[in-house]
Amino acid sequence: MFLRNYLIPRLLQYFLVIFLGITIVFFIPRLAPTNPVERTIAEIRSRGTYLDPNHIQAMVDALTEMYGLSGSWLEQYKDFWVRLSKGDFGVSFFQFPAPVMDLIKQALPWTVGLLLTTTVLSWLFGNIVGGMAGYAHNRGWSKILDFLAMFIRPIPYYVVALGLLILFGYVYRLFPIAGGATIGALPSFTWVYIKDVLRHAFLPALSMVMLGGASWFQTSKLIVQNIKAEDFVQYAQLGGIKESRIMFRYIIRNAMLPQVTNLALSLGQILSGALITEIAFSYPGIGHLLYSAITTGDYNLIMGIISMSIVAITTLVLIVDLIYPLFDPRIRYK
Amino acid sequence: MAIGSTLKDLFRDYRFTVAFIVLLFLVGLAIASFFSPYDPTIWYYAPRDLKPSNEYILGTDSRGQDIFWQATFAIRNSLIISVVAGLISRIIAVAVGLVAGYQGGRTDRVLMFISDGFLVIPLFLILVMLAMLIRDKMNIFNTGLLLAVFGWAWDARVLRAQVLSLREREFTKTAVLSGTPTLELVFKEYMPYITPLAFSTLINNMSWAIGMEMTLSIIGLTNMDIPTLGTNLKWALNYQAILMRRWNWILTPVVLSVLLFIALYWLSISISEYLDPRTRVQRVGGE
Repeated sequence: MFLRNYLIPRLLQYFLVIFLGITIVFFIPRLAPTNPVERTIAEIRSRGTYLDPNHIQAMVDALTEMYGLSGSWLEQYKDFWVRLSKGDFGVSFFQFPAPVMDLIKQALPWTVGLLLTTTVLSWLFGNIVGGMAGYAHNRGWSKILDFLAMFIRPIPYYVVALGLLILFGYVYRLFPIAGGATIGALPSFTWVYIKDVLRHAFLPALSMVMLGGASWFQTSKLIVQNIKAEDFVQYAQLGGIKESRIMFRYIIRNAMLPQVTNLALSLGQILSGALITEIAFSYPGIGHLLYSAITTGDYNLIMGIISMSIVAITTLVLIVDLIYPLFDPRIRYK
Repeated sequence: MAIGSTLKDLFRDYRFTVAFIVLLFLVGLAIASFFSPYDPTIWYYAPRDLKPSNEYILGTDSRGQDIFWQATFAIRNSLIISVVAGLISRIIAVAVGLVAGYQGGRTDRVLMFISDGFLVIPLFLILVMLAMLIRDKMNIFNTGLLLAVFGWAWDARVLRAQVLSLREREFTKTAVLSGTPTLELVFKEYMPYITPLAFSTLINNMSWAIGMEMTLSIIGLTNMDIPTLGTNLKWALNYQAILMRRWNWILTPVVLSVLLFIALYWLSISISEYLDPRTRVQRVGGE
């Protein structure tokens, strides 16, 4: 029953979202009024490079081939999927001849590291502190935290990142202002290198944990305030169960469940936020790669990054959705 | 309830009062741009890199422009973008929410599938791709339109949930059984419930649009000749204002945008708490 009523429709949705997402990525450049080939050539010319006319035709042909723009749309579309399934997004044009996939692979560990740590940290931190604040919502510290969250929550990722960068990178020079590690440092499992990486990651991570934490804090506080009013909590209080046990075992545990679903829904936004944060800190991950791809007009690289991100995020959301019953004993997908 | 007493209740919340005053100040700045002595597209009308003085309140930037007047244009354009994006996406969200909630069945499933797709996909990336392709045609209206196409999914869900609950109420059954046409039912009976909700999501959406415009500007995907909070910041970054410690230049768009984000957010939570009867009782004291 679990299979037919839950798993299969959910998987179907998963494949449909990926299919639609990738299709959109395929069609946007083709529906646009400007042709990426002409654009690339214009871009090269605008840098003052002289191109002779015979050369241009050869370049147009080469670029058309490279961007997968030769043949009818249907052929291109089929070809796009075949290449995608092999993880082949062609070569990067502005870091020629590096394959797009290699560039993504180089940048990926940085993004995954930043994203995983900050998402887990801010989710746990926001939920636990938010839960405690919701339980003690009349206390002074709870109100102060709530007040602080109201200031942080509405600010976009980039502005928070920039603020931290100015404050702790320029005014007080406590942290490095760019990069993922000191230039020239060789990656190794030594304490010196790890410390260097952590120092570089601190500000980007802080800005994401601040923003994510504030938003988890607020939702968790609200949920806990509602649960606290329920009968079973009052019964437990009358029964003389210790406050801390009621708070952590009875209330916060219950409040974390809907937050798992919320996590699944907000993963796409969190990824966008991570990419923006990387741009602000010149952190060498996917976001920074995307930024340089945009400034140089590197279409293959952009399409590669976006396709990969869509597949990665929808897969992550699927995983979170599927492991949800493990957390919630009430749901057995009957 | 009369508008006067609604406003009185809202002003009991200090957040609403503060947000209202800050917004009034920012809108005042935006209106002031109409009386600016300078044309924002012209460079070098003033000496470059001046410190704040009586003549140039916030000093001048490296493009020889008055930072204060440039900021007034920026706020105006950012607000226009956010209103365009907010209103158009509200129309989409209300339409989708109403149709999905009222029709139910297959229509509902298809529409919710689409909006789920919008929620799951990292929209920022799709936005980037679209913005890249219409970069030459980016003006205030197009930027707003582009953001509108992507800003409706979550709110359509919120509105749909509201319509679902309205559909189950007695008055819907009474209306349907007494032969009220669907359109009349929706516009006359449902709209009073939908409008406040749509308004409170509008404020959030405007804030999102302003932030997104800033982000798109930073990565260089908007028209740099149109002063907005985003392009103002981008110019300052391009001229290494942080490194040169030109705080009056770089902090002007940052501080103004932070004020704007906080004011819009406080306004929206204050209104949505007011709309939620459970918290309203707490605040107003059970009237």
